[in-house]
Amino acid sequence: MAEMAASGESPEILFWVGCAGSFDDRYKAVTQAFVKILNKVGVSFAVLGPEETCTGDPARRAGNEFLFQMQAVGNIQVMNGYNVKKVVTACPHCFNTIKNEYPALGGNYEVIHHSTFLQQLINDGKVVIKGGGDFKGKKITFHDSCYLGRANNVYEAPRDVIKALDVELVEMKRCRTKGLCCGAGGAQMFKEPEEGKKDINIERTEEALETGASAIAVGCPFCLTMMADGVKNKNRENDVQVYDLAELIAKDQGL
Amino acid sequence: MSILPQIIFLLIFIVAGYVLYKRVSFLRRAIMLGKKSGRTDNPGERWKTMGLVAFGQKKMFKRIVPAIFHLFLYVGFIIINIEILEFVIDGLFGQHRYFFPFTGTWYMVALNIFEFLAFGSLVASVIFLIRRNIIKIRRFTARELFGWPKLDANLILFAEITLMTAILVMNATDQALADKGYAHYTQIEGLFFSSLIKPLFIDMGATTLFYIERIAWWLHIIGILGFAIYITYSKHLHIFLAFPNTYYSNLKPKGEMKNMEEVTNEVNMMLGIQTENTPEPPAEIARFGAKDVNDLSWVNVMNAFACTECGRCTDQCPANITGKKLSPRKIMMDTRDRAEEVAISLENGGKGLEDGKSLYGDYITKEEINACTSCNACVEACPVNIDPLAIILDIRRYVAMEESGTPPQWNAMFQNIETSFSPWKFAPTDRFNWADKVKEEEQK
Ligand code: SF4
Ligand code: SF4
Repeated sequence: MAEMAASGESPEILFWVGCAGSFDDRYKAVTQAFVKILNKVGVSFAVLGPEETCTGDPARRAGNEFLFQMQAVGNIQVMNGYNVKKVVTACPHCFNTIKNEYPALGGNYEVIHHSTFLQQLINDGKVVIKGGGDFKGKKITFHDSCYLGRANNVYEAPRDVIKALDVELVEMKRCRTKGLCCGAGGAQMFKEPEEGKKDINIERTEEALETGASAIAVGCPFCLTMMADGVKNKNRENDVQVYDLAELIAKDQGL
Repeated sequence: MSILPQIIFLLIFIVAGYVLYKRVSFLRRAIMLGKKSGRTDNPGERWKTMGLVAFGQKKMFKRIVPAIFHLFLYVGFIIINIEILEFVIDGLFGQHRYFFPFTGTWYMVALNIFEFLAFGSLVASVIFLIRRNIIKIRRFTARELFGWPKLDANLILFAEITLMTAILVMNATDQALADKGYAHYTQIEGLFFSSLIKPLFIDMGATTLFYIERIAWWLHIIGILGFAIYITYSKHLHIFLAFPNTYYSNLKPKGEMKNMEEVTNEVNMMLGIQTENTPEPPAEIARFGAKDVNDLSWVNVMNAFACTECGRCTDQCPANITGKKLSPRKIMMDTRDRAEEVAISLENGGKGLEDGKSLYGDYITKEEINACTSCNACVEACPVNIDPLAIILDIRRYVAMEESGTPPQWNAMFQNIETSFSPWKFAPTDRFNWADKVKEEEQK
């Protein structure tokens, strides 16, 4: 972003990478896949790079409103400084926070999740699906992220993206408004679960495996970690893969 | 005829009215322990939500079987209460079936509708009793329902059965008397359901019938007045509170947490940011987050009084499903219990909020609130738009900012954000490293 601003350019969108997308080894691959798609389509975009910091979501959900607001105000100053209008992100938590919670602190942007963005690219014919590649005809199930689904009512965009791939989309028993959490939300990602009979991600993974799908599609870094851990726990990592939506599209495009 | 029954009726009515008035003021006081809510925007949308969710039972119909039986009880409740009007007129003025002469055939039609609903309610109550007590349904066997909540649910169903039976018996005996040609009783042709049980009464003597009819009549009207008072102690309060409760629903996206203005002021001061309306420093430093019921908004507290204890929230809660202590229903029940405790104490000139107890600590534990994933499944599931999550998150704010009692792993996460601007401990300068691989591949 800094480079573009220095050369007087103003990109159409800001791609908000998020902490998982920047540091988590598995999710970095998602960031890379999404960027390759953007490059291929020729979307004019920028990232904040080292100027991006945590949105503050986990701090806020864990109760630390001060820390959240410090983070938020800092990020808003940077984004307003670059006159950002439109933000795309591959993380439902960043999406929810920037879209719903930054306005109260002076950050007003059009914010969309990458599932919606990918759906638009497909609908506009900018991404032409090549027939699903490896996935053609296979069963894929989609795990709804709480912060995309119930929190923001985005249920269809990710499904449309999957359906475009010429695969069989199979639903879990609990899906859409009734989708079961992966167990990571509300800052649970950053601590051990409280005492109970079972871990939430195991419960959810069992449900996903019951569908007989050969891949579990997600649209959230935390869900990805949780589901991948669940699949490993069930010793199914050889025949069941967990992918982000952007990875599915990138694979189809041979990127 | 003696006017004694009329006097007794009037007295019962006055006493019931007075008790009800006292109970309603009590509930008002308990709910108003909460803070202002600011949910007065967008009345159009609010009326619509109330129409769909409370009046239209929209969210109930996500589970079709209980929805249909519940609908009988709900419509029965609304429609049969129209009949109360006639009861009151008859009771006060010593009349019998006051409306009949004006309405003719319509009277028969109306009575048939009432009887149909009474019958439906009877069936529904029996089925609900079976569901609650014989079939083990997870949401009805949870720990928080032991004792009073379970008894409450059963009592209501028995009361419903008694009241509905009273209507049918009253009509049947009334018609049996009319058949015998007593002038006081009017023959109403074509009452379907009560005529089915009429054969039970037809051989009885006129005096017996007279008493049975009167007992059923009094039982019904006193039953309903008693019921009205009883529900103020019960989860059944939802039949009234569901309406304001849905009107004051959260209309914003569920994922949005309310911004704490008091924190914004401090953050702005700390960062030296000038705001247009530089706020006055607040007169009294309020508590951050919620420890007790007075730290919640009054809508949160009303939520607790509107809760039907149906457990749909808990049934969907990922933490509860996997055996954690958290149950969103219990969060609401605790909030109501605490609000009632405080209001009773204040009513009796006691210490109220200063009684050394609090919602968080004495009712809700840290283990419960720490188990929540903020997934909103409970909010989505609630048939009357209750928001248990708002209370959980407000308590977490209290724990983090007033008690510094967050789990160590969260404290470590806070520290990472403060020092490396990410919840994980990575060097901020490495944030852009992912791009290297993309650039490499592009160069090839
Ligand atoms: S938001 Fe919390 S309490 Fe509600 S269902 Fe999800 S985990 Fe349970
Ligand atoms: S909060 Fe709603 S869903 Fe939960 S028990 Fe109460 S009424 Fe039922």
